[in-house]
Amino acid sequence: MRLIFITLLALLVAAVVGLGTTWMTTTRGTELGTLTIGAWTARPRTGTADVDPYSRATITRNGELQIGTGDGVAFTATTDDGRRPLDGRCDVVVSGVTPAARFWTLTLYDNKGHLVANSMQRYGFTSQEIVRGADGAFEIRIASRSRAGNWLPTGGIERYALMLRLYDTPVGVATRTQRDAPMPSIATVGCP
Amino acid sequence: MIRLLFTIVTGVVLGAIVHLVSVLALPRIASQDAYSRLTPTTKLNAVTQLLPADPSYTLMPYMDPAFAVAVCRYDLSGGPLKLTVPVSQAYTSVSFYTRNEVAYYAINDRSAGKKVIELDLMTEAQHNELPEDEDVTAADRLIIDSPSTTGLIVMKALAPEPGLMVQAQATLAASSCKIPAEQPAKTTEAPPSPPPAAKR
Repeated sequence: MRLIFITLLALLVAAVVGLGTTWMTTTRGTELGTLTIGAWTARPRTGTADVDPYSRATITRNGELQIGTGDGVAFTATTDDGRRPLDGRCDVVVSGVTPAARFWTLTLYDNKGHLVANSMQRYGFTSQEIVRGADGAFEIRIASRSRAGNWLPTGGIERYALMLRLYDTPVGVATRTQRDAPMPSIATVGCP
Repeated sequence: MIRLLFTIVTGVVLGAIVHLVSVLALPRIASQDAYSRLTPTTKLNAVTQLLPADPSYTLMPYMDPAFAVAVCRYDLSGGPLKLTVPVSQAYTSVSFYTRNEVAYYAINDRSAGKKVIELDLMTEAQHNELPEDEDVTAADRLIIDSPSTTGLIVMKALAPEPGLMVQAQATLAASSCKIPAEQPAKTTEAPPSPPPAAKR
């Protein structure tokens, strides 16, 4: 009787620990092969054949198709530069310059990876649409209410993620620092 | 007490094994991966245009709304595949994924260097069977080896402004992905099967 109890307990602990850690790592992601610049994170290796097993599990679980290395690289941000989660009810400013690339797109997603509905049908910007200053730098205002200039509507959702995709770019597996890839800054400038 | 501690340690060790096995097995057992999601709406060995990403589009997460996307779901068991994608005005790329969504190859219009991206996709075995002296190598067609027999080819054309989306979609509509019906003479030249061994 006692042996059965002990065996069951051991198996229960094994199941909870094993599946729990798998769920955690495939939901939140791991630090394996990540490139972090400011608030932005990329996993350039997911676009190659030597993708790590954790990323592979996450990709198949979410039904994503990663951007291939010969195509480009995708950076994600879920917080601003001060580690504060991006809030759709606040005004957030993304400004500065982007790394060298033929084209880039900046897109806003909810936490499931879907686009957020708005009356303007504006889900992001491409490098050609953006209005820039004389020095080539740009400023995008992300807010729920209409703003002057490059306005990206949030639909007032609580949490969102920004994805900056660089197409045809030297940024990739070999990139290490901000110097190789100057990413735009993200700042929360005001909350109602 | 010591026995309980031993039980928990055993459980944690077993749990680590369960974790490793489940992470490694997930790509094979996942039923909601991109290939499975695309299977009901895409044709095999043919180009299918996907609907442009908008908030109601939930087939796959994190799609770039600035791109027109077309998919060719392939199965190479019938022979090598020929892919032709015309280059759009702004930016065009072709990415290759295995059945388990490993992005093993991607090329863009500039690295292709031509007005039309032309590729031959085949398995390694089919590549080895290719005669070396053939004009296959003379014509500078790009040959890609697929690590798996089935997989996905994703063709993307950028619409730098929303108004150019129709143009990008038209470019992809002109692309083709098919297994040529008549194989080059090689298959007929295959040696006849050896006569059955004499009975004793």
